[in-house]
Formats: sequence, C-alpha cells, structure tokens
Amino acid sequence: MTAVTTPAGASPANPARTIVSWAQRSSWTIGLLGLLAILLVFTKVIQPSYGVAGIQGLGISILPLGFAAVAQAVAVIAGGIDLSIGSMMALTSVIAATLMDGQSAEYGLAVVVGVLILGLVLGAINGSLVVATRVPDIVVTLAMSFVWAGFALLVRAAPGGAASPWLMNLVIGPFGNPWVPKAAIVLLVVVAVIWIPIARSRMGLSLYAVGSNQLAAFRSGVPIGRTKVVSYALTGLFAAVAGLALTASTSIGTPVPGPYTLESVAAVVLGGVSLAGGRGGVFGPIVAVMVLQIIQNDMTFLSFDPNYALVAQGAILIGVLILGSVVESRRARR
Amino acid sequence: MNASVRTNEWLTAAGWRRLFRDRPIVPLMGLLAILVLAIELADPGIVSPEWTGVIVRASIPLAILAGCQTLTMLTGGIDLSVAAIGSMAGFVTATLVHSPGGVAEGILVALVAAALAGLLTGIGVGVFRVHPLIMTLGMSFVVLGLSNVWQLQMVQTGSGVPDQLRWIGSSTLAQVVPYSLLVFVPLTLLILLGLRRTGYGRLLYAIGDNPVAARLSGTRSWQVLIVLYVISAVMAGIAGLLISGLTNTASVSLVDSSLLPAVAAAVIGGTSILGGRGGFGGTIVGALILTVLTALLTVLGLPEPTRQVVFGSIIVVVAAAYTRVTSES
Repeated sequence: MTAVTTPAGASPANPARTIVSWAQRSSWTIGLLGLLAILLVFTKVIQPSYGVAGIQGLGISILPLGFAAVAQAVAVIAGGIDLSIGSMMALTSVIAATLMDGQSAEYGLAVVVGVLILGLVLGAINGSLVVATRVPDIVVTLAMSFVWAGFALLVRAAPGGAASPWLMNLVIGPFGNPWVPKAAIVLLVVVAVIWIPIARSRMGLSLYAVGSNQLAAFRSGVPIGRTKVVSYALTGLFAAVAGLALTASTSIGTPVPGPYTLESVAAVVLGGVSLAGGRGGVFGPIVAVMVLQIIQNDMTFLSFDPNYALVAQGAILIGVLILGSVVESRRARR
Repeated sequence: MNASVRTNEWLTAAGWRRLFRDRPIVPLMGLLAILVLAIELADPGIVSPEWTGVIVRASIPLAILAGCQTLTMLTGGIDLSVAAIGSMAGFVTATLVHSPGGVAEGILVALVAAALAGLLTGIGVGVFRVHPLIMTLGMSFVVLGLSNVWQLQMVQTGSGVPDQLRWIGSSTLAQVVPYSLLVFVPLTLLILLGLRRTGYGRLLYAIGDNPVAARLSGTRSWQVLIVLYVISAVMAGIAGLLISGLTNTASVSLVDSSLLPAVAAAVIGGTSILGGRGGFGGTIVGALILTVLTALLTVLGLPEPTRQVVFGSIIVVVAAAYTRVTSES
C-alpha cells in the first residue's frame, strides 16, 4: 500500500524505491512469471512446432480455472476459504446456457448481467451464513457446495443449452496479433477492472486487515462482518464469471461441478497467497494456473502418460509448500 | 450418564446446553430417532430388522471415512486424501485378484500403499508444517494420478472385485446383521479406547486444543502427526475395500462421492474442525444420521438434486447449533 499513499515525485529517490518495494512485495509472482517464461522456452525446445495454436489453446484452457483461482484468492486473502466455487460455477454456467439457448444477442447480454448479479448474491449468502452462524468457513462453504450443486441439477439434469455466439467470440480466437489469445486479455481485463479499484480502496485494505489479524482489525474499527460478506460476494462474482467462461469455452452448461474447487485452492497456494490469510494477490494465482497448464501440456509433448501430470501437479504443490516453509523458518530464525 | 444430569438441571436451558456440549451423542441419538420415526410415518412398515441392516451396512464405510476426518480434525487438521486412497485400495485389490498371492496379497499391497501415502502426508504435515488441507489435497492428486497409471498398466490382466471382499462388504447374517461389522466393531473399539485411554489419544486432543502448550510441555507433535496420518490412510484403505465390496465395483474414483459426506458426518457428530473437541462415538451417529436422512429423502420421493440441497442445509443448521451451544459457555 506504500506505493499508493506516497505522493509521487516527493523525492527524486522515490520512483526507484517504489519499484524496488513493488518488486519485493510481488517477488513470488515475478518468480512465477520467470518460471512461466522458462517453461515456454522449454516447451518450444521439446516441441519445435509449438506456436500460435499452442498459445491459443493455452489461453482458452486456463480461462475457467483462472477465474476460479481469482475467486478463491479473494476469499483466502480475507481469511476464509470457499469450497463451493465449483458448485457456484456449475449453477451459473447451467443457468446462463439454459437462458441463452436460441435467444438474441441482446437477451444474452441481459443474461450475462443477471448471472453476474446472481453470483454476487450466492456469494453474499455464503458470507452471511459464515458471519451469522460463526461456523468455520470451511464447513459452511462445504455444506453450501451441496446446496448450489443441487440447484444446478434442478435447473438442468444433463449437460446442454448453448452460449450466445458473441460470448464465444469474446473468448475464442486471437486478439489482433495471432499470438495474443482473446481469452488471456479477457481474463486480465475482467480481473483488473473488478479487483484493482477494490484493492486500492478502503474495502481492499479491510479485506487484507481482516485476513491477517481479525482481532487487530476489529480493534482498529474495521467492520468484520461486513468485510467478510463483501469478500464472499466478490468470490461469488468471480465464480459466476468463471461459470460464464466455462459456458463460453465449451458452448454448453454442465450441471455437475468440475474439479475447480480443489484446483483453485492449489492454484491460490502456488500463486503465493497465504492460506492463513492477509497476504498475496490475485495475479499470482493466475500465473500459477498458466504454469500448471503448461506443465500438463509439456508432459503430453514428452509423451508421458497424461496421468503423470496429475502426480506432477500434486508433487509440485507439496514441493513448493515445503520449500516455502523451509524459507519461512530460516527467516524466523534470523 | 452420571447423577448430576439426572437431577433438575435437565429442565433448565443451561442444563440442556451443557448436555449438548458435553454429551452431544444424546441429542444426536434423539435426532436419529426422530428421523427413523419420520421415515416410518412416511412409509409405514419400512422400518424392520432387514432395513436396519441395510442402513448399518451403508453407514459403516461412511463412518470409517468420517473417523479419518474425526481423528485428523482433533489435531486441527483434515484429510482430503481419503477418497483417492480408498478408491486406490479397492482398485489395486481388484486388479491383483489373479495374482499368485490372491486376495490376501492384493489387500496387503493396497494397505501398504495406503500407509505409504499416509506416511508422506504425515511427514509433510508434521515435519514441514504444510497445511493439512493442502498436503492431503496434493497427496490425493498424486495417488489419483498413480492409480490412473496403474489402471493403464493393468488393463490387460483381468480384474474384478474378489468374492471375499463382496462377502464382507455386502453380505448379511440372516438378512439382518452385515458382516462388515466384523471389521467395524474391532476398529471402533480400538479408536474409542485409543482416544480415551491411551496417552496417544490425549496427545491428539492436546495438539488440537493448544499446539503451543502441547509443544512447551514436551510433545513431539511431528511424531504424533506422522502416526496419525498413517492411521487415517490405512482406515481410508479399509473403507475403500468395504465400499468396493458393497458396490461390487472398483474404480479410481469410487470413494470420491463419500468424501464430503464423511466430513459432514464428523461435523454433525460434534467434532470441531478447529481441533481439540469431539470423538468417534458422535461421528458414528453422525454417519447413521446422514444415511437415514438420505433414505428418508428417497422415501419422500425427492429427486437427487433436492436431496443435495436439503443435505447441505441440514449440515449448516446442525453446525450452527453446535457453535451456538459451545460458544456460550
């Protein structure tokens, strides 16, 4: 937050210091970006034909999980966790696909807006239950994952429906330069437009404060309950975006939740968000999703059994955390 | 029941709260009785010895999986790897059915593999202090991936759920008493006595209640946790074998649908996910409640989606009731 509150140009040394402090705060994400670059080069080496098609495929395949990871990141930053993300995605995805089926573009736009509002409401219900019942977040959201998945199956018992063509055009294909997938632009722009204004506001500060130390935040006058409800509402909003992304990229709605909930937790942790809350951002998890997807692609190129990709994902998750805990304990000892 | 509960304290609100807090199993039994009554009213004549046997048989694997959650939750952890490990155990046993060692070899290999996975999880949680949620999640990816690889390797050899597993998992004595009790009763006694009468059991509560105090009083938490996750993984393996026998199927995702109900059964049974409070007795009743509830919703003709909605809502309500009575002391 220092970069925001320090007036720019107050002293000539400031810009450099600002950059250094930004780099220090984002060191994890920068490291991940480095890893991503190395992996891309590695992919090009092992698969010389990897090019435009590969990048486009990568863009579209990370879209739903990318939004799901952002949704999870918001909940975790505020000191919670949301195990109902996959179910909320299923519910919003089937509702969107069912309502859009065979309708005009304008109607489709209204459906998108409605589904986003629905996501906010679903998340706010999760958050209100956490606050009102004082039951641990993990239990409430676990139970609500049954509820939302049940509603999804009530909307549509089998996969079906359709996405508005414009919605699919929004995410499939290149953006200007063939190397730039539209999906990646959509992912970054949507997340930036929703998250950056909030993160810079008083509410953003409250989210981090509640996540890092609830008691201290309470004593400094942060409204804990309201902040938690807002964090879950935002999680619901991003889960709805992820559900729309799912519908847009597969062109149907699927009522059965995919593996997104648990994979979003994995991506959040790899993305440098502390499960204890209060630390990290939303862009680290997005990069983590890309890294995981590229590793999976690479293993296919190396003609490994694709199932080893799952093993690798688990091993990387555990390995990174063990590394993190070793680094942390070194730092604490100093 | 001790004498103090039998006095007038019963009649006061505080007495009720204390009962709920100290002996959650009593109100839980009441809830179970109400559910059984409701199902009898909904479909008169359904409640019979045979029906009870079916319910108990369905509850046993769920209760064992919920036991994994109970034990790990006592230390403030959770075990999300039980589904992958349980499925793996059933699957490995089924693929080894034609091996020279037969069923015994298959079961042995399966449980040793489960214990190995638990050992790695325990080292991660105990020594490297990785959050149990993430550690067990990562381990479940690893186990699921390796199971898939195993599946491709074994696709040539024939496989099938061994008769012995089908017998223990699904057969009943005189159409009433399920043989899976032969596994469940000793296991339950071991867990109940282990938690109440042994130093190890107390250490589990101590670590969950106050990890710092436990460490300062000389507990080697990492050893306790490694043993804990090995126990949990082996129990998950046993539950996987029983489910495989009960459903006569073996697949790498067989137990997946029981993971969240297992956590729910432990929570309904009065075990706190924050650690230090709970026990296996309540968990068994929790598993029975969930099974009877599912049966009731089926009898009422509710479709599966509605059942899920009701299921989730009830978990929230019961958990909220617990939090209310336990935080007002």
